[in-house]
Amino acid sequence: MVMTESKLQEGTPMTALALSAKIKAGKVKVEDVVRQQLEVIKKEDATYHCYITVWEEEALKRAREVQAEIDAGQYADSPLAGVPIAIKDNICTKGQRTTCASKMLENFRPPYNAEVIDRLEAAGAVILGKVNMDEFAMGSTTETSYFGITKNPHGVEYVPGGSSGGAAAAVAAGEAVVALGSDTGGSIRQPSSFCGVTGIKPTYGTVSRYGLIAYASSLDQIGPIGNTVADCASVLEVIAGHDAKDSTSVPTESYSYTSALVNDVKGKKIGIPKGYLGKGLEEEVKTAILRAAKVLEEQGAIVEEFDLDIVDLAIPAYYVLASAEASSNLSRYDGVKYGYRTPDFESLQELYKKTRSEGFGQEVKRRMMIGAFVLSSGYYDAYYNKALRVKALIKEGFDRAFEKYDVILGPTAPTTALKIGENLADPLKMYLGDIYTVSVNLAGLPAISLPCGKDSKGLPIGLQLIGKPFGDKDIIQVAYTFEQNDTV
Amino acid sequence: MKITDETITYVAALAKLDLSEEEKDRAKTDLENIISYMDTMNEIDTSNVEPMSHAFPMKNVFREDVVTNGADRENLLCNAPVQKEGCFIVPKTVE
Repeated sequence: MVMTESKLQEGTPMTALALSAKIKAGKVKVEDVVRQQLEVIKKEDATYHCYITVWEEEALKRAREVQAEIDAGQYADSPLAGVPIAIKDNICTKGQRTTCASKMLENFRPPYNAEVIDRLEAAGAVILGKVNMDEFAMGSTTETSYFGITKNPHGVEYVPGGSSGGAAAAVAAGEAVVALGSDTGGSIRQPSSFCGVTGIKPTYGTVSRYGLIAYASSLDQIGPIGNTVADCASVLEVIAGHDAKDSTSVPTESYSYTSALVNDVKGKKIGIPKGYLGKGLEEEVKTAILRAAKVLEEQGAIVEEFDLDIVDLAIPAYYVLASAEASSNLSRYDGVKYGYRTPDFESLQELYKKTRSEGFGQEVKRRMMIGAFVLSSGYYDAYYNKALRVKALIKEGFDRAFEKYDVILGPTAPTTALKIGENLADPLKMYLGDIYTVSVNLAGLPAISLPCGKDSKGLPIGLQLIGKPFGDKDIIQVAYTFEQNDTV
Repeated sequence: MKITDETITYVAALAKLDLSEEEKDRAKTDLENIISYMDTMNEIDTSNVEPMSHAFPMKNVFREDVVTNGADRENLLCNAPVQKEGCFIVPKTVE
């Protein structure tokens, strides 16, 4: 059974663009689309468990509103009018619970919408609900969720990847047409790779983080997951833009990402870091990546291998910095203003400690302790400052590479999807799987993961394309060209 | 890097966590493995490199000191575990 194909229109991939065009042409009603989509969720989610909260009534109500607005001539330019979308549960939705897949926020109802939610609503998208993730986005398998694991639609004994595992699995299982995830060290790209869908981590500062529950603020970025490059570009175009509410939001010349949907890579220079094809990379993944490079070469791209320095040191630097920021960001959960509070305490200190010990899961506690350690006096220079220096070198390495290349090509992950439970017992082993994704976040770069074949187990392989800062259009154009010309 | 019992007690206190004996043992093993792995950063000489906080040059963003979002007290308090008369309720903090 081919799970990446539509459950709404059997046999053809369900794309947001085609669906929205059909809706606007009056061939199908938004309410019917949403109703069918909710039925698919009801049927499939018992198996895959992509959703934490399904907005059944709200989605149908919103569908009727959007239909009335379309009938009145609104959304003429929107590629997402009437399109059902799933939202990772660390993105705030006003009055609707936003859990971060944690007991700590089990009943948290944000008093405001994230900026991306307002932008999606203004484009006429219909939110289906909130999807599963690793607790506070800390994990690469979606197994650390307080609400239970999500299963990979390409094989239920496999993880969907993480932390945006619910979002990627929902798109792969036809439980949403598109989804929003967030990416701090690969959390959009790696689950997209494992689930055989496409996901974009935009350049840092492209999409507002206002209302995204913070994990590591200097690395976090929201981005789209969909079935095609065009769908992802369309969603990105809707959610991107300068926002005064996010002081790290960077105004950009053009947000017209769909203008890069051009089937042409003639003369584009593509570099493959040798270190991305080295030890630890599964042979079948390597073969698929090199085949993808060949496809682009046949289309006129100039492809060559090059040396990118200190690839290996990106992981320790990333985990130092991400954990440090997490320990600071998560200090806000104190059982006072919102979130879980322990029922049994006497002093204020006891309230803090018991609330946090009972409200957070193992991986979150582990990273907060690592963060506290690397920031503590005596270790700050040896770990935190050292990691910031390594980060500078990683950035320099990419800067040099982009003097020669338009786009960097490689695998998204060293393996295809892992078996459920395989890495949960060994955190370090899980961290090592992030080797090709974390450096992108450290350097603030844009990157996309898209399917480029399957291994002998039938599990999808992800191709990663990395762009220079604000070169999101470059990677979209190369990805689109690969997608259009990949015949396998 | 050897992680001692004292280090675990110290970082748990910094992170405001109460750990069971079992959790402490596990944390000791995990942190030792992870921190030792982080020590591989020492393979590279960074003495001539400045620490980089942001990948792109960032400057402070100023705005006029004008309230734009109102005091949405009721809405903000509705998530409080315990509230009373428009305030958060906490245990006695000053003896």
